[in-house]
Amino acid sequence: MKKLRRVLGACTLLVGGAAVAQVQDMPGGPRVNQLNLHEGVTAIARDQVWLHWMMLSICMVIFVAVFGVMFYSIWAHRKSRGAKPATFHEHLGVEIAWTVIPFAIVIAMALPATRTVVAMKDTSSADLTVKVTGYQWKWGYEYLDGNAAGVEFLSTLSTPRAQIENREPKGEFYLMEVDNPMVVPVDKKVRVVLTAADVIHSWMVPEFGVKQDAIPGFLRDTWFRAEKVGVYRGQCAELCGKDHAFMPIVVEVKSQEDYDKWVEEQKATMMANADDPTKEWAEEELVARGEKVYAANCVACHQATGKGVPGAFPALDGDASVLGPKGPQIDVVLHGRQGTAMAAFGNQLSDVEIAAVVTYTRHAWSNAGKGEDPIVQPSDVTAAR
Amino acid sequence: MSSVTVDHVSPGHHGHGHDDHHHATPTGWRRWLFATNHKDIGTMYLIFSFVMLLEGGMLALLLRTELFEPGLQFFRPELFNQFTTMHGLIMVFGAIMPAFVGFANWMIPLQVGASDMAFARMNNFSFWLLPVGGILLTSSFFVPGGATAAGWTLYAPLSLQMGPGMDMAIFAMHILGASSIMGAINIIVTILNMRAPGMTLMKMPLFCWTWLITAFLLIAVLPVLAAAITMLLTDRHFGTGFFNAAVGGDPVLYQHVFWFFGHPEVYIMILPAFGIVSAIVPAFARKKLFGYASMVYATASIAILSFIVWAHHMFTTGMPVTAQLYFMYATMLISIPTGVKVFNWIATMWKGSMTFETPMLFAVGFIFVFTIGGFTGLILSVAPIDIQVHDTYYVVAHFHYVLVAGSLFALFAGTYYWLPKWTGYMYSEKLGKWHFWSSLISFNVTFFPMHFMGLAGMPRRYADYAAQFTTFHQVATIGAFWFGLSQLIFLVAILRCYAGKGERAPAKPWEGAEGLEWTVPSPAPFHTFETPPEVK
Repeated sequence: MKKLRRVLGACTLLVGGAAVAQVQDMPGGPRVNQLNLHEGVTAIARDQVWLHWMMLSICMVIFVAVFGVMFYSIWAHRKSRGAKPATFHEHLGVEIAWTVIPFAIVIAMALPATRTVVAMKDTSSADLTVKVTGYQWKWGYEYLDGNAAGVEFLSTLSTPRAQIENREPKGEFYLMEVDNPMVVPVDKKVRVVLTAADVIHSWMVPEFGVKQDAIPGFLRDTWFRAEKVGVYRGQCAELCGKDHAFMPIVVEVKSQEDYDKWVEEQKATMMANADDPTKEWAEEELVARGEKVYAANCVACHQATGKGVPGAFPALDGDASVLGPKGPQIDVVLHGRQGTAMAAFGNQLSDVEIAAVVTYTRHAWSNAGKGEDPIVQPSDVTAAR
Repeated sequence: MSSVTVDHVSPGHHGHGHDDHHHATPTGWRRWLFATNHKDIGTMYLIFSFVMLLEGGMLALLLRTELFEPGLQFFRPELFNQFTTMHGLIMVFGAIMPAFVGFANWMIPLQVGASDMAFARMNNFSFWLLPVGGILLTSSFFVPGGATAAGWTLYAPLSLQMGPGMDMAIFAMHILGASSIMGAINIIVTILNMRAPGMTLMKMPLFCWTWLITAFLLIAVLPVLAAAITMLLTDRHFGTGFFNAAVGGDPVLYQHVFWFFGHPEVYIMILPAFGIVSAIVPAFARKKLFGYASMVYATASIAILSFIVWAHHMFTTGMPVTAQLYFMYATMLISIPTGVKVFNWIATMWKGSMTFETPMLFAVGFIFVFTIGGFTGLILSVAPIDIQVHDTYYVVAHFHYVLVAGSLFALFAGTYYWLPKWTGYMYSEKLGKWHFWSSLISFNVTFFPMHFMGLAGMPRRYADYAAQFTTFHQVATIGAFWFGLSQLIFLVAILRCYAGKGERAPAKPWEGAEGLEWTVPSPAPFHTFETPPEVK
């Protein structure tokens, strides 16, 4: 029934969508029916465009020449035109020529490409370094130096689920908008240091000409120098599980003054948000906070109903470890479950957030009023780390 | 020539003349289950691969249906990822590879003048392993958690998170790999030991050369794939940490081991196609293949080079600049021998006397469309460009051009070419032409727009996408359904031949064809070349 409703909803939107305003080019993202690479806002991106045009032109010339010959032959040397077959079947000179000439062409192609490869790999002398961590299914940004040192936050897709499930019309930045974009100053060399918390992800921003895999347990780096203020959008480029298509990248390039202002705002917000993990929290405070944490981190797999997805993600509603002593459940949330998709949230969430979400699950759905240890304090989580 | 023939092949015939030891052609289910005849086994391989082609095709249509509109309409993303993964695994290991082995089984003994393959019983085993592997793969959809959804490349650590469907896929690939290794051994021994007197290696049809070289590639790299997937298995269940940094492993190790197999694998899937095209073009141009020796050397160069370019699949993993440059240069080099082959085919056509029956249509179509795939491969080999298009639809376009318009079209060409020999009937030329034009056009409608999408940044393996890509996705989906339906024309054409509808085929239905297979009747008798022919 639910599926039928979804399909009917999609059909309605299809018909209705035709009447609604046409899709526009996405600023900082793909243009409608875009045919070529983005022109880019970095020197590297422009080099890539140039290289691609060079390769494409040479290939087109060769293509037209070679297949011109072939199609001519198909027309002129057909039996129905009375063509009689020749008997030659080798020619050393010709064969050497069409080996040596392509070889020379390939060397000519490789020379400008070499310059760009070397430039792309040179991450030295950066003005700013940002650490990017790939998670299932969001990005984390941490500023490592300069006035922003210590600023860190998660960046999650902000397109509402209702748009994805065709219950609402799609917004302007559908699938390529986040709650907290990465922000960098214009005309500064930004070194991006990448890693991942679970599986391989890949950080891609076409307008910068950047793509680098984020590999768990390892650090990789790349760099960009954005030459124009603006907002630029990319997506995860390595299959990382069910929401691979739902963890975009948004980078805001600001002027130096605007960037400095943003840094100050971030620091102030972080101070305000700092939770005191030693204080005793009230039950209602924990449950309320936990509901928010659940919605942002757990609902993708365990669902809003707490019923999970049978065969894939376990239900929390009525689950033995949620109704049992708090120790094992805290442990799973902190350290994940080996061999499954259950991530280790210990590195992503604070003691307060973990205590809140565990408390929430022990109060939600049919778990309310049942089981042991309904309240988990942040100090319990600190002790368990 | 001695009048007492030494039966140097069929086991059980120890030295006495074949004439006084006839057995009737086997019948019923025993004929197929216990088959040791290369023609029967070849037929079974081809039927199996066609069934897998349809299954893999259904999976593609399912995922293209989801992609018709942005948003999630029909399938959860985790199921969508199962479709993309299994589409790849089934097409590579279930359709393309077994189809070429089917051709090898049917045609190599006929072309070298041997009475059968060297190891007839191992041949039987090689085939019957395939349905087991195919059933394992297919039934992995129905276990808790479904089929593996880690992409056909099964990268760790994502593949370590998958459910039991992943273990079934690993087991299936071990079985399918074992089958291919045994098939490869059979092919090498047959070609090296059982050629008719007078057929030196440099007089052998090019199809046999391409299969000889492919067989060495298979033996060299399938064990490497087995190692990679076994390491996945032990990491998943037996406490090893090959791909887990926390215990000293490295996820990128998996990629190195996999692609060391994976790159030669794609040449395994194309070299026999080159061989088929090299048989068909001379036949329909009524002119010998141009540059036979260079074709052999080019094939060998491609095979050797294929071992040393694997990391061009890994340009974004963060390798040092020297490695990036090396793999770029080595990969660009492969375009040279490949280009030489294209030039040789065109030089074969030049000043020939061509007719365009269906095999020639597919062969010429192959040359044209495969070369487009070759050019996008050259563009991809330029590392800075690859950084932009890696893991986008540009790569999807490239490999479908070389695998579908390449390998699959060559398989179609070879089927039409040799179907009269297999069945004794000519296929309907009208159906063949419809199949060709419908497939060629719908293929391009499906995959050409993907180049644009990839350049614009549309990533692969995405269940949903930004609305700006909608039109190209819709075109691709329509093309995909059209292409799928076109294959029903092919099925009808083949079934009609097997049912005996159509003109009876002479021993040599193609005026310009050369080769020992055209000296035996059509359909080829159950036993052929029991006495090896003399080759001048």
